[in-house]
Amino acid sequence: MSTPFPPPLLEVKAVSKTFGRFQALKAVSFQAAPGQVIAIMGPNGSGKSTLLKSLVGLVLPEQGQILFQNQDIRGKSGYRHHLGYMPQIARYPENLTVSELLALVQDLRGLNDNLDRELHLSLGLEEMEEKKLGSLSGGMRQRVNAALAFLFKPELIILDEPTASLDPLSAELLKEKIHAEKAAGKLLLISSHIVTEVEELADRLIFMLEGQICFDDRLDVLREATGQTRLGAALAEWVKKHALKQ
Amino acid sequence: MLLNNKLLKYVLYDLLRSKVMLAYGLLLMALTLSVSALSGDRAQIAISLLNLVLLLVPLISLIFSTMYSYQLRDFLDLLLAQPVSRRGVFLGQYLGVSSSLALAFLAGCGGPLLVGGLTEPLIWILIVGVMLSFIFTGFGFLAVNWQTDKIRGMATSLFIWFYTALLFDALILFGLVALQDYPLEKPALILSFLNPVDLARILVLIKLDISALMGYTGALYRQLFGSGWGQLLACAVLLVWAIGPVLLALKLFEKRDC
Repeated sequence: MSTPFPPPLLEVKAVSKTFGRFQALKAVSFQAAPGQVIAIMGPNGSGKSTLLKSLVGLVLPEQGQILFQNQDIRGKSGYRHHLGYMPQIARYPENLTVSELLALVQDLRGLNDNLDRELHLSLGLEEMEEKKLGSLSGGMRQRVNAALAFLFKPELIILDEPTASLDPLSAELLKEKIHAEKAAGKLLLISSHIVTEVEELADRLIFMLEGQICFDDRLDVLREATGQTRLGAALAEWVKKHALKQ
Repeated sequence: MLLNNKLLKYVLYDLLRSKVMLAYGLLLMALTLSVSALSGDRAQIAISLLNLVLLLVPLISLIFSTMYSYQLRDFLDLLLAQPVSRRGVFLGQYLGVSSSLALAFLAGCGGPLLVGGLTEPLIWILIVGVMLSFIFTGFGFLAVNWQTDKIRGMATSLFIWFYTALLFDALILFGLVALQDYPLEKPALILSFLNPVDLARILVLIKLDISALMGYTGALYRQLFGSGWGQLLACAVLLVWAIGPVLLALKLFEKRDC
């Protein structure tokens, strides 16, 4: 694997996690420097969401270390001042309005100015600020989620299947934002099943299979190694050649 | 604590506007008005209302807190992705849910009683109703953090209600009948501390003349709980019932995956 630009913002060292008898992560390790978009792909149950949730602190690994800016995140919450997270499912208290939800997160963060309202405005959240969250559709709630992930200008942005329930226009606006944040030197980790989206957004791919990383490098390295130009075909070829041997 | 208070404010914003909470308050109001209309005797009203409160408040508190916690499990992901401690998030949610249930109880039950005129047993019904709201919300949070599966969590909550509201008394009665040749008054007194519903019942009954009908055990209860210190002790034990399950649930929450 090619070495990322030093110093890494995020280091994952031999992280393992089991749920009952199912081992979701098996000694997963990687490093990530700012200014990158890293796509995390893999079949259902391969450990993508468990890995992302471990980085956020929602899942507590049994072994290994996760370092953010060289600090172990275990048992700490302060590093989340620099973290933006967009979960896969957006469900909120039904009787709060959009503006109350934003106020809640702002209160918890202790931040009321120096906010990045670009996505908030472009996704049209201003027009629905007084609407109750219970009256919003799944896609509208996901727009709120997306805007919240970028609102506090975080250094590390984790997006779990971000465009899965977004309408095409909102998905496009989100992709533009992802490109802009990468250019601004942020580190973005995105889990996705959509090959075209990964091709469009990411410059590095982590492919997971049965809780292990079986590919971690630039997309063009994968294409060259397999002789396939399409990412989907290249991935299938790689898994056939390498991963299934394990 | 400050962060936790911030979350509490929004949980209250949400729940105090919830239709379920409004329905709970209105149901209690309708029941209180019906019971009050059936009899002019405040003592009779107190006994009927006490039985309703001891059955309904624990049941609704358990079911509501369990449902609420499971429903907002995904919202928890968003909250825990903020720079706040798990303890802060847990306490904010627990205090928000329990306070909302207690407020709905006070409005639904206390409103009509206040208009009709409060007596000492009725005041105690309001006090134990509030305490039971906090206690059984704590049990609900314990069930949710113990069982990740929604069905199992709901079953655990319902079992807690069934045990404290019905089964415990049946077991005690069975034990007392089986061991009737032995002096069981003092053990019976101690056993009452093991069930918050029983303790709440005694605290109100002792304020009514009918405690004399409860025989020697009743006399012992009156001797202990009739005094200021006894009432303080009973309230302290109820407080332990409110704090114990919450601390246990918090410990589970701090160690579990979300």
